[in-house]
Amino acid sequence: MTERMIGAPVPRTEDARLVTGRGHYLDDLGAGAYEVAFVRSPHAHARITSIDVEAALDTEGLVAVYLYEDLTGKVAEPLPLLIPHPALTHGRTAYPLAKDVVRHVGEAIVMVVATDRYRAEDACERITVEYEFLPPVVGIDKAAGGEHLVHADVPGNVAAHMVQEVGDAPAAIAAAPNRLELQLDIERSACMPMEGRGVLARWDEADASMRVYTSTQTSTGVRAAVAAKLELPLDRVEVITPDVGGGFGVKIVHPWPEEVLVPWAARLLGHEVKWTEDRREHFVSSAHERGQLQTVRVGFDDEGRVLGLDVEILHDNGAYTPYGIIVPIITSTQLLGPYKPGAYRVDFRSLYTNTVIVTPYRGAGRPQGVFAMERTMDAIADHLGRDRADVRAANFIQPHEMPYDHGLLFQDGRPLIYDSGDFPASLDKLKKLVGWDDFEVFRAQARAEGRRVGIGIGCYVEGTGVGPYEGGHVQVETSGKVNVATGLTSQGQGHQTAFAQVVADELGVPFEDVSVTTGDTRRFGYAVGTFASRAAVMSGNAIALAARKVREKALRIAGEALGADPGDLEIVDGVVRVKDDHSSAIPLGTVAVLSNPLRYAFDDASKAATQFGGNADPSRPPVAEDDEPGLEGRDFYSPPRATFANGMHAAIVETDPETAEIRVLRYCVIHDCGHLLNPLIVEGQVHGGVAQGVAGALYERMEYDENGQLLNASFMDFLMPYASEVPSVEIDHLETPSPLNPLGIKGAGEAGVIPGAAVLASAIEDAEGFPITRMPIQPSELFHLRRRHAAGEIPPLRRVRTAPEEFPTA
Amino acid sequence: MKPPAFKYHAPASLAEALDALDAVGHDGKVLAGGQSLIPILNMRLAAPAHLVDINRLSELAYVRTEPGGVTVGALARHADVERDADAYAAVPLLRQGLRLVAHPVIRNRGTTVGSLAHADPSGEMTAVLALLGGSVDLVRKGASRTVGAEDFFAGPLESCIEPGEMAVSAYFPRLAGRTGTEFVEAARRHGDYAMCGVAAAVTLDDDLRVTRARAAYLSVSPVPLVLDLTEAVHGATPATARWADAAALAVLSIEPEPDIHATAEYRAHLARVLTERALRAAAQRATSTDVERTSR
Ligand SMILES: Cc1cc2nc3c(=O)[nH]c(=O)nc-3n(C[C@H](O)[C@H](O)[C@H](O)COP(=O)(O)OP(=O)(O)OC[C@H]3O[C@@H](n4cnc5c(N)ncnc54)[C@H](O)[C@@H]3O)c2cc1C
Repeated sequence: MTERMIGAPVPRTEDARLVTGRGHYLDDLGAGAYEVAFVRSPHAHARITSIDVEAALDTEGLVAVYLYEDLTGKVAEPLPLLIPHPALTHGRTAYPLAKDVVRHVGEAIVMVVATDRYRAEDACERITVEYEFLPPVVGIDKAAGGEHLVHADVPGNVAAHMVQEVGDAPAAIAAAPNRLELQLDIERSACMPMEGRGVLARWDEADASMRVYTSTQTSTGVRAAVAAKLELPLDRVEVITPDVGGGFGVKIVHPWPEEVLVPWAARLLGHEVKWTEDRREHFVSSAHERGQLQTVRVGFDDEGRVLGLDVEILHDNGAYTPYGIIVPIITSTQLLGPYKPGAYRVDFRSLYTNTVIVTPYRGAGRPQGVFAMERTMDAIADHLGRDRADVRAANFIQPHEMPYDHGLLFQDGRPLIYDSGDFPASLDKLKKLVGWDDFEVFRAQARAEGRRVGIGIGCYVEGTGVGPYEGGHVQVETSGKVNVATGLTSQGQGHQTAFAQVVADELGVPFEDVSVTTGDTRRFGYAVGTFASRAAVMSGNAIALAARKVREKALRIAGEALGADPGDLEIVDGVVRVKDDHSSAIPLGTVAVLSNPLRYAFDDASKAATQFGGNADPSRPPVAEDDEPGLEGRDFYSPPRATFANGMHAAIVETDPETAEIRVLRYCVIHDCGHLLNPLIVEGQVHGGVAQGVAGALYERMEYDENGQLLNASFMDFLMPYASEVPSVEIDHLETPSPLNPLGIKGAGEAGVIPGAAVLASAIEDAEGFPITRMPIQPSELFHLRRRHAAGEIPPLRRVRTAPEEFPTA
Repeated sequence: MKPPAFKYHAPASLAEALDALDAVGHDGKVLAGGQSLIPILNMRLAAPAHLVDINRLSELAYVRTEPGGVTVGALARHADVERDADAYAAVPLLRQGLRLVAHPVIRNRGTTVGSLAHADPSGEMTAVLALLGGSVDLVRKGASRTVGAEDFFAGPLESCIEPGEMAVSAYFPRLAGRTGTEFVEAARRHGDYAMCGVAAAVTLDDDLRVTRARAAYLSVSPVPLVLDLTEAVHGATPATARWADAAALAVLSIEPEPDIHATAEYRAHLARVLTERALRAAAQRATSTDVERTSR
């Protein structure tokens, strides 16, 4: 038997190509295409009073200039609201080009097409737009105040208001022996993929068809959108994702205005048209995430067990809601983590502001929820003078309680039921890995050297692999090579490698013989997309099921050819053979020839197949009624509900007593995503996630001023951490397989980022001795918190008051 | 983020470059390492009609160390200066500052003279030139002049270089006597422009007592700020000197501006902390400095 590929740390086969510059990203395509640039609003909230394009018209190389009023048909309608929800009573979406009013800096107003991007930008500079200013609504407080409105017809700026309740939380809190209230604040960051968005469209007049290349996380979604907006039959639109340089959520939104406008212009002009987003555009016209204000009220017993939890969330959704209210729904459900909350009530309002839209960014609302819950756990522990890990353990759902039904509805509208997990075991591993119980020794040593250190912890549960479905197609060629296709896209996850591993095992073929195509609607037309840590769970399982179908068919055909019972056959290294007589064998390529009665002898496999003659029974049709030609199979995987991965992180930080600089000394991760398809890939995902977690906790934030200007719209001032800022990550795995799917796997894509802000807040708080309630935190802020603490404005933690000698004086 | 059209000049010699600059006058800009200029063009913050690329002027790609100090030609990259052993021996502050300038890939392209011409008050080399009392040689077709650091920087991102003129070299004098230097800074990320940075020079007499203590500051003033802090520590030894008093004295003369990374108060606090650290380390270095070698 060949070695099992599933579970092996197989190095990613795509990397050699990608890291040696042989990838093909959007901007590498369409050399002769016209290029697009946009005039975008420099104001956060204004009415457009006039647009003067006159001065631009003699720009060398100018091809076309389009305003809102030039748009035709469905393209002139507002963009779709992708995910409606009953609670989203006031959903609003933008027009592809602004109509009358702009609602955030960066909103597109004029589309310029020229022979290249330089000239398109020259023309943009010469276009004059005049505005009448409207009062900008910036910041959650301003939005909630409702004094000024982002949309005149949305009272109080409230897009959605949703309450979920299990039991009577206010009553449980009132009756609890201990009560606390926390005010928490977490700010905006963004996905910031290395490659921004981009679209290239080619209209074929003779074929009346449209081909679109786009840097997306869902090619099938874009295809449906383009067909609908351009009023084309679906079979006349194909959408292909080239290599995609990262997504992290922002590219699941579809269609972006540009994904409609570029194909529309390509058809109108009868010429290839391309738009490549630049970094400045990405900052002000794609999407951000994370901004929330949270109020937590909690009642608990003397062991720290939560009896009632009441959370109010004010969520900043930016200027429009094309992606619905997925983010705050996830926050309000995933906040619970591995804990039993007693009675639970969560109330969120999703608010409009005159800022860039908010849509899921890796973690998608979970980092905020985990921040709320883990700050609460730390506060409870501190209040009771108990160990922070012990308080968490006291609240854990126990392994024997799985599956565990929270009685709430999850993001997919289905019950929030955890399928598996062993939280006590995870915590145990984490405490060992980080040296939790020995930390006071380390702290004392550090203190003796004049250093200030702290340790923090954070736990999360992540619903992954949400449906409704993904499909897979597996085809064996007569050469024996295997083509695999799935509809969802790849933006760096290593799908070529992981899915090839699945097929190698399921079908019994060499790993090297399997090639995988993703995100190409020509190859697979039904798909949802790559987000929500779902690709491995959804497409991995679909491909496994498709491969099983192919295997079954191969055994049947080989059985006929070899005169053997299919049950006695096995497939090893691409050869079907009788289990206890290896001399009776037939290569899969030959089986592929036999599967198709139309046999032109193009290759050796076809010649070889002649020896098997096959059935030439003239009374039967060459292809049986319930059969198809070809050795291929297609299947779908559609789970009843999400599968829940989980993890626990701990970090040790050092804060400079003088400069207030914050350094992460160690970062430890226990990760449970069920069976690991490929530990190397999973660890890579965790590393990248942790980097974004550290980024969101200590470095990145969107810095809007009160006028809605984004002050740091470049990598100069938006501080994405360098390798020098990201700690090396220590990982240990726990594998509690998911009972929900054939491979027993759970998603791993977002895990690393989720508890970042919570863990680092916990560690900084532990180092400083006073509560940290606002993230991200930068040295300048820590400096001012220390001042306020020293002035008595911020009370110390209880543990400082009871054992002052253990803690620094600020 | 594409620049507007410009005419590109690629002179092969200094004389040709000066001709080109003379011909284009106000409309021209020198292109050196491009690490600051190209982003400015791409963001359309400047739109010079002509770029005069000096990257072919290999005659200016030198780092020359003489007894009096180090002369850096306009085409010497930060990395060339940083790695030059003679330059380090004569003026250690060059390397001490350069290792804090951006990252290696940027130092491989960016020029030291270019960073002076760029006159960013957060640029380490502006503080180095100011603290050392160095100068810049400016040449135009048919004329040249030498401008001292105190006159060279006119404001944030503004030097005294005039249209048609080019900086051909910068001179970093060796500090006299038993002098030690240090450069410390606090940046948000490794290699970023600092929230605050301090270059310090401390001179000791033969009894190892402080005779002079000075510091230059980054990111707290429109042009590089040099403060003489001798009075707070004069006559003390490196071990007994009250560096905190010198730092307190320094803070009296500093009025930083806030930005999104640091409040004015925090910047001033950093200036205090870093002044103390830089002076102490510089004094430590001075103790082990060989006087013979440093005499001019
Ligand atoms: C990501 C990043 C981080 C950075 N971090 C730092 C940092 O921490 N500290 C720091 O000091 N710098 C930093 N820099 C800037 C870097 O040091 C630049 O190289 C330097 O400021 C300019 O040098 P240059 O040769 O690239 O000049 P260019 O970009 O070519 O030119 C800059 C300006 O100087 C003018 N100029 C250049 N040379 C001459 C000359 N010989 N005569 C007349 N005018 C001239 C140009 O016309 C232009 O106006 C950073 C740059 C980047 C991209």
